[in-house]
Amino acid sequence: MNNLLNILHIKKNYITDKEEIEAIKDITLSIEKGEIVTIVGSSGCGKSSLLSILAGIEKATSGTFLFHKENPIIGYMLQSDALFPWLTVYENALIGLKISKKDTLENKEYVKSLFRKYKLEEFMNKYPKELSGGMKQRVALIRTLAIKPDILLLDEPFSALDYQSRLAVSDDVYNIIKRENITTIMVSHDIAEAISMSDRIVVLSKRPCTIKKIYIVELENKQNPIENRKAKEFSDYYNKIWKDLDINV
Amino acid sequence: MSEEAKKIIKKKKNQKYLIHFIQLLIVVLFFVLWEILANQKIINPFIFSSPSRIFKTIYTWTISGEIFIHIYTTLYETILAFVIGITLGLIIAIMLYECPILAKIIDPFLTMINSLPKVALGPIIIIWAGANTKSIIVMALLINLIVSIMNIYNGFLGVDETKIKLLKSFGATKKQILRYLIIPESKRTIISSLKINISMTLIGVIMGEFLVSKKGIGYLIIYGTQVFNLTLVMSGILILLILSFLIYECVAYLEKKLS
Repeated sequence: MNNLLNILHIKKNYITDKEEIEAIKDITLSIEKGEIVTIVGSSGCGKSSLLSILAGIEKATSGTFLFHKENPIIGYMLQSDALFPWLTVYENALIGLKISKKDTLENKEYVKSLFRKYKLEEFMNKYPKELSGGMKQRVALIRTLAIKPDILLLDEPFSALDYQSRLAVSDDVYNIIKRENITTIMVSHDIAEAISMSDRIVVLSKRPCTIKKIYIVELENKQNPIENRKAKEFSDYYNKIWKDLDINV
Repeated sequence: MSEEAKKIIKKKKNQKYLIHFIQLLIVVLFFVLWEILANQKIINPFIFSSPSRIFKTIYTWTISGEIFIHIYTTLYETILAFVIGITLGLIIAIMLYECPILAKIIDPFLTMINSLPKVALGPIIIIWAGANTKSIIVMALLINLIVSIMNIYNGFLGVDETKIKLLKSFGATKKQILRYLIIPESKRTIISSLKINISMTLIGVIMGEFLVSKKGIGYLIIYGTQVFNLTLVMSGILILLILSFLIYECVAYLEKKLS
């Protein structure tokens, strides 16, 4: 196996004015190159914190993570597209390169090629408000891909979309990730989305979270997410994970 | 375009003209009534003056060119205090944003200074800054600066956290976050604070002129009061009314252009 990332005993406590809240108790996980791992858990269980830590935005209270690559580039995609309304779609896609001072001609060409590839070329000079929610999310993905990430962290990237665009965009994103062969860790609270997109599913317990179970998703005839939802093993996984999450409504 | 749509558009246009007409009518009626009342001595023209006297005074001033010195003085002081206020406001707001502890420390002081009627500081300002233009600018700054700082700073705080997170994930430095996100995102707040700022500045400048100056519209008004020449006072107020309206419109135009 080709190991890319080892997460070792990550622990995260948040300290407010009054108390200390334990968000992540202990998470140890290894991520293989090229796989899509989805972390599911009830809301507020600390799954987004884990991504923030991996993205370098927050610090873990203890524990560490190791990339088996020097200076890994991390692509981070959030719930909202977070596009800047005062920039064109193309300028938005360049923002990561600009910040890391890698906006060379070559990289700009690469971004343009991504726009062509994902059929958004004609919208490049438009402003975000002129695009649909699904398109905006695809631009957000191009913005993330522009920096040529070694690993992609997706924090509930489709949760702001309506159900139909959600299916379509997750299909798109899945195809893009697979085509570019980018290792991906996704956080989701949607079990169906997790099964349809991932190679592995990590189920987290309630806060303070630990890993409750890991599923290797094996579907007969694994295809794109929409088709995967029709697989006969699908409901089996669904029921098991639903039980693991122990959701009380 | 359909006949129906044309009719509606025409009706809307007519309504607009009607509104302008009524507005103009109110102004004319006001002056006419004032003139008649003063002429018939129903109101004391010595205390209330009259439009004909006011217009005559303004006309004489215009011919002699004297009025332009006063307009220029007030305008110059206003623009200077406005530019300094906005620039300092922006710089201080950035400092507060970059250093949250500093923001927390000076927060009660800002509120305190903001709630103090600044005119109370007038006598001290004259002693400290001298009886000159400097005092007027300081007075105007006292009034416009705190509001500018608070407005711009609150605009900064309102920036979407997700966008900050995104830039951080690209490894952005504080300076880059400020440059690529905070400033452009708060542009609208900054621009809308210009309008508040210009009104505040004008209050400060006139107040300053009341206290120290030898030139300017504020001076005209206070001088008129001292010699009990109410026509002078009213003329000054009328000119100030027009001037402040024009300045406000200029800033409103600037705001429209920028956003």
